[in-house]
Parts: sequence; structure tokens; C-alpha cells
Amino acid sequence: MDAITKIDQEHLRIDLPQFKAGDTVNVHIRIIEGEKERIQIFKGSVIRLKRGRTNSTFTVRKISGGVGVERIFPINSPAIEKIEVVSRGKVRQGRIYYLRNLRGKAARIKPRDIRR
Amino acid sequence: MKNQGIIGQKIGMTTIFAEDGTAVPVTVLKTGPCPIIQVKERNRDGYQALQLGFDQLPERKVNKPQQGHQKKSGQGYYRKLVEFRTDSVEGYEPGQTVDCDMFQVGERVKITGKSKGKGFAGVMKRWNFGGSPASHGHHKVHRAPGAIGQCAYPAKVFKGKKMPGQMGNKRVTAPNAEIVDIRKDDNLILVRGQVPGAKNSMLTICKKG
Repeated sequence: MDAITKIDQEHLRIDLPQFKAGDTVNVHIRIIEGEKERIQIFKGSVIRLKRGRTNSTFTVRKISGGVGVERIFPINSPAIEKIEVVSRGKVRQGRIYYLRNLRGKAARIKPRDIRR
Repeated sequence: MKNQGIIGQKIGMTTIFAEDGTAVPVTVLKTGPCPIIQVKERNRDGYQALQLGFDQLPERKVNKPQQGHQKKSGQGYYRKLVEFRTDSVEGYEPGQTVDCDMFQVGERVKITGKSKGKGFAGVMKRWNFGGSPASHGHHKVHRAPGAIGQCAYPAKVFKGKKMPGQMGNKRVTAPNAEIVDIRKDDNLILVRGQVPGAKNSMLTICKKG
């Protein structure tokens, strides 16, 4: 095993569930405010999974007060307490950027049958 | 003043995470262990330095003059030899080894290497000149440097004028690199950010000051 792979493996998160674009997730993020640490939950649809090694990220989009909000998380960050997959969605693209141009009913994602 | 530097090799870059979740870009360097091949003394050589070796070679790959020189340390043969000046060579003997223990996590170091060669580059790439517009009557001058001087006075081009030429493939120092982690077992050190040169290129890592 080369040196870089070895270092990467110490930082990879293997405890998180698998998910992909179209899924709705709850991301629990650890936030440090002064001395205190608390957990904030960001709920929305995954619109992109950027694959890589330790630098993999995913983007979650939600509508907050009528405004679209997107947040990019590094998957392997220790600041992520946990990720809950709320529902699986059926989408045809790997990166569902078209969601940005849709509002209301049009922006719904069909549920995916996960029984297979 | 103790030994000031060590020879290393750039392995590559990756991202690691700090305790608080901050992503830290790091360069992984293989450093040493470097045996002392020769101790340069003031009386004999006119200056004081330690000559270190790195990247061990089998005997058949080393030419006769180098074999003669390196045999004295009794530590085998090495591809790369570098001298590091010191104030005092007391306590150092050929045959001892220097490794990444000499550094501490959080310490700032100077890392010197040979930058990637970019060949003969124009002024836009080499000096970040703006170039000229793509249209509006411009013909054949889109990436040209423009005027390089004035008129009858000074009637010459000043020395040091930024012009096209060889870019890269020269000695470059990263003067203030921060050591993020040291892994003694694998002889690796992790440095924040970039260091000069391509993967697998040789570097010297020196203490500051």
C-alpha cells in the first residue's frame, strides 16, 4: 500500500450510509460556538456526489423561507455527526442541477423502490 | 547549532482533516533516514558541514569514484548526497543516521526543490501579462508582450525586463512550510500546502534561522 493511500484510510469515514443524488437526507453537523458544542440538522435533497478520496463532497439543497439553499459537505469530515437517509429518490441524472430551475410541485422527486 | 537539514522526496498530495473538521491540504514527504557520509571540518575542508545520503543504491549502480567516497561511512551507497552547513560538527561521525525526529509538529521549515519545467514560455504564462484583445483589429498579436521600452531616451531596454524565456525547472524554496504531522514509522512528514517540484523529486528540508 502506498503512503498516501495509508494516510487517506485513516481519514475516510466508513460508518456513514450509502446515498446518491435524488435521496433526501438529514445531515447532523457538529457546530462549536465558543465553548459549547451543539448539533445542527440540515435536511434536503442530495443534488451532487463528488467522488474522490478524502476530498469527496456532496451537495444538499433545501428550500428555506422560499429561497433555495445549498450546502456542500466534505463526506469524510469529522464535523459530520451522522447522516440519516430519509427517503430514496428516483432520478435519471447523477447531478440533478435541473432542480434549481424548478419550484413547488415541479421540484418533487419520485420515490425509488429500494426493494429491487 | 545542531544539524540543520535532511534530504527528502515528494510523494504526493492529499487532504486530511483536523480535529475540528477543518480540511487541511497536505504534501506527503519521505524523509531519510539519511546516514552521514562525510563530516566536513574547518581545519581540513575550510568549513563545517555534514554530508548526508538519501535513496540507497546497489553497488553495481554506483561508479568507482563514488564507491570510494561513500565506502568510508560503511552505510552502503546512495543516489543523492547533500551537504548541510552547521556551526559545530562535534559529536557527529560518519555512519550515524539523521531522521525526521529532528523536526516537531507545528514547526516551520524551508523546503527547497527543483520546480516543474514549463519550457520556453511567453509573457502571459511566465509573468501574467494581460495580452491583447482577440478581435477589434488585432492580428497576430494576441499574446505578444507589447512595447518593451521608451524612445530616444533611454534608447535601450532596461536590464531585468520581463520577457519570454525558460520557465520552471529551477531551484525554488518554499520558505515557511508548516509541519502538520510526523510519522516516524514510515519516515514521512506531512507539510501544509504545496512544495516545489514533481512527484518523486528530491527535496531538502531545512530548519529555519
